[in-house]
Amino acid sequence: MLKYLLSRLLQGVVCIIGASVIIFVASRVSGDVTLLLLPPDATPEQQRIMRHELGLDKPYVVQYLLFAGRAVRGDFGKSYRWQTSALKLVLDRFPATIQLAVCALVFSVVVALFFGVLSAVYQGSWFDSFGKVFALLGQAMPGFWVGLMFILFFAVKLGLLPAFGRGGLKHLILPAVTLGWYSVAAQTRMVRSAMLDVLDSDYIQTARGVGVPRWILIWKYALRNAAIPLVTMLGVYFAAMLGGSFIIETIFAWPGVGRTVVEAIFARDYPVVQAGVLFTSIFFVLSNLLVDLAYGFIDPRIRYVR
Amino acid sequence: MSVAPPSQSAAAAQTLARRRGKAGLKGFASWLLRLPWFPLLILLVVFFCATVGPYVTPHDPGALNLSMALKPPSWQIGGTAAYPLGTDNMGRDILSRMILGAKISVIVAFWAILFSGAIGTLMGMFSGYFGGKIDMIIMRLVDIQMSVPALALALILSASLKPGMTTVIVVIVVTYWTWYARIVRGEVLSLKERDFIALARIAGCNAFMILLKHFLPNILNTLLVLATLQLGSVIIYEASLSFLGLGIQPPDVSWGLMLSDARPYISVAWWVITLPGLAIVLTCLGSNLFGDWLRDTLDPKRRQL
Repeated sequence: MLKYLLSRLLQGVVCIIGASVIIFVASRVSGDVTLLLLPPDATPEQQRIMRHELGLDKPYVVQYLLFAGRAVRGDFGKSYRWQTSALKLVLDRFPATIQLAVCALVFSVVVALFFGVLSAVYQGSWFDSFGKVFALLGQAMPGFWVGLMFILFFAVKLGLLPAFGRGGLKHLILPAVTLGWYSVAAQTRMVRSAMLDVLDSDYIQTARGVGVPRWILIWKYALRNAAIPLVTMLGVYFAAMLGGSFIIETIFAWPGVGRTVVEAIFARDYPVVQAGVLFTSIFFVLSNLLVDLAYGFIDPRIRYVR
Repeated sequence: MSVAPPSQSAAAAQTLARRRGKAGLKGFASWLLRLPWFPLLILLVVFFCATVGPYVTPHDPGALNLSMALKPPSWQIGGTAAYPLGTDNMGRDILSRMILGAKISVIVAFWAILFSGAIGTLMGMFSGYFGGKIDMIIMRLVDIQMSVPALALALILSASLKPGMTTVIVVIVVTYWTWYARIVRGEVLSLKERDFIALARIAGCNAFMILLKHFLPNILNTLLVLATLQLGSVIIYEASLSFLGLGIQPPDVSWGLMLSDARPYISVAWWVITLPGLAIVLTCLGSNLFGDWLRDTLDPKRRQL
């Protein structure tokens, strides 16, 4: 187990280094930042001084190593726009992103368990067919458009929920449901097929024969095993929600990392973009790592095989 | 590579029908009935809009007419028959723009899937066939690629390159090739131990010929299914990028861009924000359903795709 843990950790580190290379290269191919930072009438001499100050006249490898060295110490440079530490800017917005992603995850899991179990139990009924249609539609709808439709319906037409900003629980509902929306379909299908397998298994048949009440049988004995695939995939879904937050936060003007990065891209504020994307990637790798470890803890059979 | 002759699925289904003892004309008729007509119809309409559509749009999709701005669809009070689906904030005809938008979606999806399929297949075949160091390097690349959230990578790339159609295609290829690489690698690994591969090697085939003539035909079905199933998500991806302003740029038209333009008018004009989105949903629904059907017909063992 320890050996496995170490090799997975090492793999995670390699991934994060790779991600930092991608981010570094991507932000260097964009052209000369000095043209953006200096007034348009700057002389070539001023440009040269600026480039020297930013270290842009050094070879790329050296530039990367400097970038990586500073990044490890949490120094991504100052935001061009706000003149404060880029990392601090990202960290300040991070709680809002986590809040949104966690709420979206809870929403999607609750809905998926409920609908997944019911459509397995009543397999072939109208409820099951409805679930199938719902899943098909869910996967065909772009998340941002679902968000826009929610705004149109619940905020504009009915005036029930606020469409923008962060505040009380009411502000959280629309963005969280939108962010969770895309995963609901996949999760429901996963729970449904796991539940169908479990309901067929011997121990459930035995329990049924012994006379265990139906709802205890389903919601306690069967669900425990049927939820394993979903639980082990939670990290993946969480990571997907971090990725989706870029666009959903922009739509709902949610003050999180995603919106900050998107705004920074338009302002060509590269330190903030680099800090935000690398930070998200690290979180992404960590959640995937947790998934692998969770496998071992939740399902002992896997642990012993390794 | 991801574009196989259309007769292939037909041929596969026909052999299937024949095996069930329904050969000949009757078998063909029953095969026709079992085609997924609803998704096929959607895809045909989209394809028609993308190819012929731009020449027959009712209005010039780029023509501004501020006196006709934000007219509702014709069935609503205030709508006119001249603009069946209404107009946007600049008085441009929504129907014409949606037709033109189909063209961009189809072009982007075609090239993106073709290149990501080709690159991913090549990488996956090398990885699976040669193993060892090559395998390790390629699979680490895949891991690294997947450790950056797809949209974050897309954002950083499209911010760095000049936004536009080529950039969108590049971004999608960079994100999607890993899917093909992983799946093709798995297929190659399982085929590698089969006798016919060993025989080909004994007969003196070099690695290139083996991959091309013996592996590729065997994974073509899987590739075709994967490509069809990804069509929908590629279209959504392009729309998302364009919506954020990092994808297709005006004067080109795309459904995502239309939504982005329409966003400020969400409280006054429901149609500008609903209709282009419906086009995306229907297209994705069509390609997902068609992909499901294709998978069940060609490659039933891959139910989890």
